Amino acid sequence: MKNTAVELVGITKAFGENTVLRGIDLELHAGQVTVLMGANGAGKSTLVKVLCGVHPANAGTIKLYGEAFSPLTPSEAIRSGVVTVHQSINDGVIPDLDVASNLMLDHLAKPGSGFFLNKKKNYAEARKIAAAMALDVDVRQLVSELDLADRQLVAIARAMAHKPKLLILDEPTSSLSATEAKRLFVLLDRLRDSGVAILYISHRMSDIRRISDRIVSMRDGKISGVFEESPLDYEGAVRAMLGHSMTDANIQIQEPGTPIMQMKDIVLQEGATAFSLDLHANEVVAITGLVGSGKSGLANVLFGLSKPHSGEMTLKGAPYNPRSQGQAISAGVFLCPKDRATNAVVQDFDITKNITLPFLARHSLFSFLNFGSEHVTAQNTIADLGIICQSDTDEIGSLSGGNQQKVMVGRWLVEESDLLVLDEPFQGVDIKARRDIGEKIRKTATARATAVMVSEMDEALEIADRIIVMNDQTIVGDHRNENIDLRLVLTQVVGQLNNATGNDEHAN
Amino acid sequence: MNMQTDNLKTTRPKRTATEIAIRYGFLALMVGLVIFFSVTTEGFASPYSAVFIFQSVAITGILALGVTATLVVDGFDLSIGSTATSALMLSAYVLVVLEMNAFVAVAACLVMGALVGLINGILIVKFRVPDLLATLGMMFLLIGLQRIPTQGRSIATGMTLPDGRVAEGTFSKAFLALGRHRFDFFIDNLIPVSVIVLLVVGLLVWVFMELTRHGRLMYAIGSNSRAASLAGTNVNRYKVLAYMISGVLASVGGILLAARLGRGDIASGNNLLLDSVAAALIGFAVLGAAKPNAFGTIIGALFIGILLQGLTMMNAPYYTQDFVKGAVLVVALVFTFALSKRGGAH
Repeated sequence: MKNTAVELVGITKAFGENTVLRGIDLELHAGQVTVLMGANGAGKSTLVKVLCGVHPANAGTIKLYGEAFSPLTPSEAIRSGVVTVHQSINDGVIPDLDVASNLMLDHLAKPGSGFFLNKKKNYAEARKIAAAMALDVDVRQLVSELDLADRQLVAIARAMAHKPKLLILDEPTSSLSATEAKRLFVLLDRLRDSGVAILYISHRMSDIRRISDRIVSMRDGKISGVFEESPLDYEGAVRAMLGHSMTDANIQIQEPGTPIMQMKDIVLQEGATAFSLDLHANEVVAITGLVGSGKSGLANVLFGLSKPHSGEMTLKGAPYNPRSQGQAISAGVFLCPKDRATNAVVQDFDITKNITLPFLARHSLFSFLNFGSEHVTAQNTIADLGIICQSDTDEIGSLSGGNQQKVMVGRWLVEESDLLVLDEPFQGVDIKARRDIGEKIRKTATARATAVMVSEMDEALEIADRIIVMNDQTIVGDHRNENIDLRLVLTQVVGQLNNATGNDEHAN
Repeated sequence: MNMQTDNLKTTRPKRTATEIAIRYGFLALMVGLVIFFSVTTEGFASPYSAVFIFQSVAITGILALGVTATLVVDGFDLSIGSTATSALMLSAYVLVVLEMNAFVAVAACLVMGALVGLINGILIVKFRVPDLLATLGMMFLLIGLQRIPTQGRSIATGMTLPDGRVAEGTFSKAFLALGRHRFDFFIDNLIPVSVIVLLVVGLLVWVFMELTRHGRLMYAIGSNSRAASLAGTNVNRYKVLAYMISGVLASVGGILLAARLGRGDIASGNNLLLDSVAAALIGFAVLGAAKPNAFGTIIGALFIGILLQGLTMMNAPYYTQDFVKGAVLVVALVFTFALSKRGGAH
């Protein structure tokens, strides 16, 4: 039985001349997870912002269980029962307070809740909330000491304290590992059973397969497809969102050229198993593994951000021991870091300045900048990667996530490198931008070695000639991306965890 | 995608009224003030009055340019005022007590300024002391240090030293010229050295920050130091450099002050810190920059100078000055943060 929790009719929203939502009609049902898919710029974040009271709609009506609902502020939306958990986890929790205080925060902030803290009562109440949510943490622990998944669960538990009618989750798994995400899904299952309507925004196919009861695709500010018959038509949903099918990601596997980076007997951490790895020219290597498997550690070692515990590296035959990022770059090793907002985007700079940042010396004579040469480089990058913008002097913040990521990747493609390391280049990027970036990386890979750290298997299959699996700080699998045995790869990814749960199938 | 690039030039969005107000509002306000005072106050619209305004803000302006350099890398230098007064005392000590020449005095002050900046920078990047605290500590340290050699007294020719000697040295003519010489500019003896120094330093800082890659990297550090570092920038080195620029400019200000006063006055320079910080922050609002910038800093200093000069000529009492400065600063900050692009979310 479908019980309509939220009904949107003809929602329109424009920012100046830019119409972002063009008449959205949508129903969300109680006790159901509706996944909202859409490329960047399709309007899904704007739709969420209309629902949670950040932006008012220009036209159209929203009904919440039959009652008109048009929140003017986020707190009004929360009071009416529409609660949103945003993508960045720390927006939902206060790291320096303990779990109990976080869970009780909204209660404490309520007027008339007493002047003095009653710690004992707080802890007891918080434990009750935690237990109701099957949250297995010590409520006296500081949130900053929790891992990301637990923080995310605390944020959701906090949201649940409002007894929401509609819970909106904006890419909740974007910084979680697969096992962490699993715990989140278990919680979402319970919430769904309790009758909450859930709107779940994600780019991750694996999440969508796991959690969705219904998929709504958005494209160009309109609903382009609603899929609710079981089994769900995932490919149809992707097609509705992109306007074309997913199958054109087929890649031509290249033969590896000469070895560029040779890593011998590398031990990442004390006690870890040594491994050796050669990265060749004309080869895109995807390095995959769970969070904590050592793939970030490997990226850091390659870029001189940390030193391996032991082992040797040679770059084109010469010993390579970079002591700083600057040295790595001048040796010809570039890193496009993960988490672009914290590690890559210079928010105060326009597109051009963001693109030319690492290689300003190329654009200057006696330290004086040549703005003309910067402009040319920026124009080329914009055209090459299909960055959608008004001009190369647009603020970087005015671009959608996918286009920002194109700028960040483009920044490192401007100069020729011997080894290009891309750490999670598809994080928070829509499928269209992901294809563009992947294609560009493959197209330019002829003369250099390329290593791409990815946690999503789809992404690895889409970009790599060779897939390397890491687990427990070492390499446990090495596959050519042709007729690949996905089950074997996945067993290697899971590795130890499999053993711990009593499964005696060994990875290798 | 070619279409996109072809259209780049033509599809630039038009500026809205608010954007124009943010961009030119502050400059328009300044022009308005000048016109208002010129019409209402006799003698305001004269070259002498203009020079007086410049002269009154020259030293704070130079210090404010130093603050700007540290603000660019997302730092802050609270020690500039005391660095300037230390330079004032040091130059007097070198000239009067050690009886050396002007060149040595100037060189000693510049070296001291650079050293103070270096120590500030090292405290911040190596010992990870937060910038406000490190430079606050340095401020106290310098205020105390400058009093030790003379047991807390001002330095002037003929004073008795702690060991009973009488100081025989004098402020040499060459040194005093830095504070008192005026260059001819259409009118004889019009423009003081300090104004020239302000304009030259302002131009140098502007060129460095806007036209060189070092300035660009410093702005990158100020916006996202982690991104700058991962792009291969030596973040620590640039931060130290910013504090050294600040220290050197503060000591330049101190030298000019000493040359103007002609003695090592222990009590002068009290307002330097607040005035120069105000000028640098007002600079955020100029041309809608919403970031520290050399041009804005100088305009900010001038704005205060014009306002105070005009009000003084209209017989406003001297004790209202700090209030006026504070009010200007608050209005400028509202301009910067409430009205600029940072306010309007997408």
